[in-house]
Amino acid sequence: MLLLALDTATPAVTVALHNGTDVIASSSQVDARRHGELLLPAVDRVLAEAGLKLDAVTGIVVGIGPGPYTGLRVGLMTADTFGLALGVPVHGVCTLDGLAYAADIEKGPFVVATDARRKEVYWARYADSRTRLTDPAVDRPADIADQVAGLPAVGAGALLYPDTFPGAHEPEHVSAAALAGLAAEKLAAGEELPAPRPLYLRRPDAQVPKNYKVVTPK
Amino acid sequence: MTDSRDEPLVLGIETSCDETGVGIVRGTTLLADAIASSVDEHARFGGVVPEVASRAHLEAMVPTIDRALKEAGVSARDLDGIAVTAGPGLAGALLVGVSAAKAYAYALGKPLYGVNHLASHICVDQLEHGPLPEPTMALLVSGGHSSLLLSSDITSDVRPMGATIDDAAGEAFDKIARVLNLGFPGGPVIDRYAREGDPEAIAFPRGLTGPRDPAYDFSFSGLKTAVARWIEAKRAAGEEVPVRDVSASFQEAVVDVLTRKAVRACKDEGVDHLMIGGGVAANSRLRALAQERCEAAGIRLRVPRPKLCTDNGAMVAALGAEMVARGRAASSWDLSADSSLPVTDPHVPGHSHDHDHDHVHEVSKENLYS
Ligand SMILES: [Zn+2]
Repeated sequence: MLLLALDTATPAVTVALHNGTDVIASSSQVDARRHGELLLPAVDRVLAEAGLKLDAVTGIVVGIGPGPYTGLRVGLMTADTFGLALGVPVHGVCTLDGLAYAADIEKGPFVVATDARRKEVYWARYADSRTRLTDPAVDRPADIADQVAGLPAVGAGALLYPDTFPGAHEPEHVSAAALAGLAAEKLAAGEELPAPRPLYLRRPDAQVPKNYKVVTPK
Repeated sequence: MTDSRDEPLVLGIETSCDETGVGIVRGTTLLADAIASSVDEHARFGGVVPEVASRAHLEAMVPTIDRALKEAGVSARDLDGIAVTAGPGLAGALLVGVSAAKAYAYALGKPLYGVNHLASHICVDQLEHGPLPEPTMALLVSGGHSSLLLSSDITSDVRPMGATIDDAAGEAFDKIARVLNLGFPGGPVIDRYAREGDPEAIAFPRGLTGPRDPAYDFSFSGLKTAVARWIEAKRAAGEEVPVRDVSASFQEAVVDVLTRKAVRACKDEGVDHLMIGGGVAANSRLRALAQERCEAAGIRLRVPRPKLCTDNGAMVAALGAEMVARGRAASSWDLSADSSLPVTDPHVPGHSHDHDHDHVHEVSKENLYS
């Protein structure tokens, strides 16, 4: 098994190669505005570091979010197209699950929260690093305060709002290494991973115009 | 004639607005033109919603690439290059196409060519009428652009002669269609009504045609307001709005200015070929009036068939093939989507970080990272 994992659902542009037991090369860069520019060079670097070519890969793992849409789509579109060109399966993994796995918490419950911008967080509750208890959601931190009260929390969304998440700690962003590790475990256990479809959680901002604007001065 | 097998086989990806286009060409021969459009999803909003378009591109890309390959009957392995619209256009939408093109080119081990959307609109005519004469004058009119461009080499030299100072011509069609309650998009429906109307029924203004006005620039904002006011006055007086005559007279005002300025630019520059492209080039009256005026001026008119005038992947492939044929440098893996890529850059050669241009990335006005 050789998995190429990538995630662009948080400010991190992160890529890893995983042979089913270990991460053999990885790269993470934090730059929330340059996912599109950074991802392919990162893939190229990681492959070069491992001394491998892309066609050696047997599967693609991609973070499906939730995350800011523009960046999120860079990873998904790249993964989809790799899958098409190489004829290998593309597996989705919830980005919050990747963060939970990296947090390495044996006994929860705990919370993963990432920055959803517009003063909101993407979040979910976990029993332990491998077991999610709630569907990913997007909310204002103050509105979920009683649901997360007293729980440890990880992720940039938790670190950003200490009033709601006083117990916030690292990791801040997801790593493709964690995403790959989680996917490798699940695939080895014969579990099915979700399709590589984005978790947007919000509808597009668009308003149906009521009527055209009258131009005749009153 | 060289063996067509020697000509570059290129796949082109276009996602600058609401069409997911994947085209395949061999040199100047069209092999496939696959399109998935999200236009119906935008109709109820009365215009293209950038986030809706971006989501649709992501869904449609892989199936559209598949369809284009089947249509062309070629294998991805045999491609000589992958071309993609790097800009200008909606930033988030462009980024989906650029991401796909980079991944595809990288996985197949093929060179990548990030190309200019406007130059592609010009180059597509090679698929219809053979190699572009050099120089060629081009009038590009669509919902996103209205420009007069002069090109002596479509891969390296595109000079802007004039452009709209406010609305694009296609935008004016959409807005007037909305005032008349004809739905979105406005171009085709106004064209249809106009055929049964009198283009001289109402004397609508011709923007920027005064003796001191810039010779090749356009303005459609004043016309749009004049037409809306005329309709509102009719409604206020309790009279019925003559939709056919309004459509015909409005359309005539637009195409009169477009063709007059394009022909004048050809004459002034001593260019004997005019090509017209972009979605509005599908307008029947624009085609007819341009033909008439070009004939009178001894200019040869080249207008591709309507399907090649609207945004599509074949036009991107056509320009990509020309880049390969002329040995232009491929783009690098850090190629970015540039919503305001200047028209003077037909493509984005490698080492894009050394290559900066001083313009603001604000054309699309969308909240990119929301
Ligand atoms: Zn266009």
